[in-house]
Amino acid sequence: MCFPRSTEEVAAAVRIAALHDRAFVVRGSGTGLAGGATPLADPLVIVMTQMNRILDIDPVEQVAWVEPGVLNLDLSRAVAPLGLHYAPDPSSQHACSIGGNVATNAGGPHCLASGVTSAHVRALEVVLADGSIADLGGLIPDAPGYDLRGVFVGSEGTMGIATAIAVHLTSNPPAVRTLLLDFTSVEAAAAAVSGIIASGILPAALEMMDAQITRAVEDFVGAGFPRDAAAVLLVELDGLPAGVAADVAAVERVGLAEGARTVRVAADDTERELLWKGRKSAFGAIARIAPDYYLHDAVVPRSRLVEVLHRVYEIAAEQRLTVMNVFHAGDGNLHPLIVFDAREPGIWPRVHDAGDAILRACVDAGGVLSGEHGIGIEKRDFMPLIFNPDDLDAQAKVRDSFDPSGRANPDKVLPAGSRCGEAQRIPEGAWI
Amino acid sequence: MDLTDALQSLAETVAAATGPVVGVGSRTQFDAGNPVPTDAIAIAAPCGIVGFEPTDLTVTLGAGTTCAELDAVLAEAGQEVALDPADPAATVGGVLAVGISGRRRLRNGPVRDAVLEVRFATADGRVVKGGGPTVKNVSGYDLPRLLVGSFGTLGLLGQVTLRARARPARTQWGARSGAPGAVLASLVQPSAVLWGGTITTVLLEGHPDDVDRELRAGGLECVSGPAPFPQGPHRGRISVRPSAIEDLGPVLDATGCRWLAEAGVGTVHVAADSPDALAAARAAACSAGGWLLREAGAPELDGFGIELPNVAIMRRLKDAFDPEGKLAPGRLPLISATASR
Repeated sequence: MCFPRSTEEVAAAVRIAALHDRAFVVRGSGTGLAGGATPLADPLVIVMTQMNRILDIDPVEQVAWVEPGVLNLDLSRAVAPLGLHYAPDPSSQHACSIGGNVATNAGGPHCLASGVTSAHVRALEVVLADGSIADLGGLIPDAPGYDLRGVFVGSEGTMGIATAIAVHLTSNPPAVRTLLLDFTSVEAAAAAVSGIIASGILPAALEMMDAQITRAVEDFVGAGFPRDAAAVLLVELDGLPAGVAADVAAVERVGLAEGARTVRVAADDTERELLWKGRKSAFGAIARIAPDYYLHDAVVPRSRLVEVLHRVYEIAAEQRLTVMNVFHAGDGNLHPLIVFDAREPGIWPRVHDAGDAILRACVDAGGVLSGEHGIGIEKRDFMPLIFNPDDLDAQAKVRDSFDPSGRANPDKVLPAGSRCGEAQRIPEGAWI
Repeated sequence: MDLTDALQSLAETVAAATGPVVGVGSRTQFDAGNPVPTDAIAIAAPCGIVGFEPTDLTVTLGAGTTCAELDAVLAEAGQEVALDPADPAATVGGVLAVGISGRRRLRNGPVRDAVLEVRFATADGRVVKGGGPTVKNVSGYDLPRLLVGSFGTLGLLGQVTLRARARPARTQWGARSGAPGAVLASLVQPSAVLWGGTITTVLLEGHPDDVDRELRAGGLECVSGPAPFPQGPHRGRISVRPSAIEDLGPVLDATGCRWLAEAGVGTVHVAADSPDALAAARAAACSAGGWLLREAGAPELDGFGIELPNVAIMRRLKDAFDPEGKLAPGRLPLISATASR
């Protein structure tokens, strides 16, 4: 394991790994949920936490160059005096690093309107698997040739190591309003989500929490969430004042028409922050219910939310498990959370079976395996659920073009047999 | 409409071709970049809307569908995809293959951010899917972004899923004299800020009261439409750092070119009456640290004017997807900019 402090040291570490024909795995803050940074089979682990400087902030072009170990929230705090922020805001933003965000193409509640990490990364300095240094993308638009920057973002350390990252900084909106709507059924809340989107409003964030998680959060934070609600929606609208005011009125109208019991509009920043604290404390609040949880991440078309949620509850009931839902409803990004006590004998197979069944239900509804956590090792073997052998072969070609040696974080993202003919390869020395 | 058979047939046509193959749409950007090989077989992608679910804000269509047709379908539901090609007859596949973003990029981001899923025909006759149909997806490598701007050299786009958005309540152009920097700084969310040297023209979209507020904040007079894109037989598109535009303008004036810059983005549209003038505009772009993509005319100029960055990785990609070099050979300078002249 090594903790480089500069690009040159990262390159040296990668070259040393090459000399010894060792795989290498890059690791940021270790908050990833798909196991992308988990070392398999004794690789060199390159930990980026020491490279945590903000290198440059350009308020005119709204770009910051950062080292990969800079924490997500630290960047937003650093540029706040300039009236700017870094838009992707994973729930772990106080702990996760920008380099890790780039590796997983991370999201967050506020990615509904502004897009996930890839839409905010303009340029990358990377160390490739042979130890060479390359600049991908740039601050000049439309570099000729293939968008290697776009491919690298989300590649989970399998194409090299980002050592400097240029991110776009977003102007703080002049007006922000945050609303809490509560419903007596999950169906009504989901219908309100569809209604809001269909009415032409694209909220900055549109989050949903079901009954159990709402209660857990309220007991934990005391943000004034109704403890008897079947579901609540947290809606944030931002932009220019007149548009925001009109959208607030429209969200209220749609919510009430779909059966919202109450619509609470945060009166000031303190109340707004309290509501968000409730949402972002959801995973901590679960500790009050059970000692362990397994958080899933899948996306379904927004129009299929209700039926998939029903199926998620059914699956949990079939496996005699408790499932809670706190998720990015606005973009159909589900986060079913199975809560359990790992000390209970025989529980792990049920947790895994339920997870498998939930993923399959999402895919059956036209969804995908991950919205913002990545594939890593967790979902690697599910890739054939949404990609056929030709699709996987194409992805393997892309990966191999960046890293012909196959030493950058091997055995992640793509399942064995992804390369055409790989499964049929005849072992050396075999008799045929 | 289901295009499964049409996509299969597209792939078979590509595989069956014995010579160079290029994807063809409405030929509105056929001259962008390096020349299309004259002996290439031109193959059109299927067209038509495969699926449009307004509550999902996604639309799936054959890549051969024109932007005008897509816009008409989305308009019925009050939605749009801001592709904004200079010529609305351009096909969606053509816009994506060339990777040219429309003039509302300042607010909406580059065109590749709108692409959720692609299905493309490979050189060896397979139909490959990349990405996924949902608005958020990090399952596997980002093939859609790889294909956008690849000039048809890795595969032929057959079907794509795009992210749509609601059309704004009000769209208003405003103008004032002077350079764009001060205007940009005074506005919250302009959709486009265009500068032609003397006048700055701004597109504002949103709630009518907010548009009025922005017009006042920017000191803008309402105008009926944008400054026209420069016209002429020899045309190109300059890319520079956004902050370089105000200094580049007077240099371009001295070349005799007509030009219109997208402030805040770093793109300058250039038109000239002679190839030499376009070459001079390219030299100015290079001096400003950028480059020029040739879009029309000036046959002696190579398409890009610079070596591709990271060409080793790009060549490996090209060799992996198209080992016989059959897809749009030469359209990107994958060998070197000088050798492909």
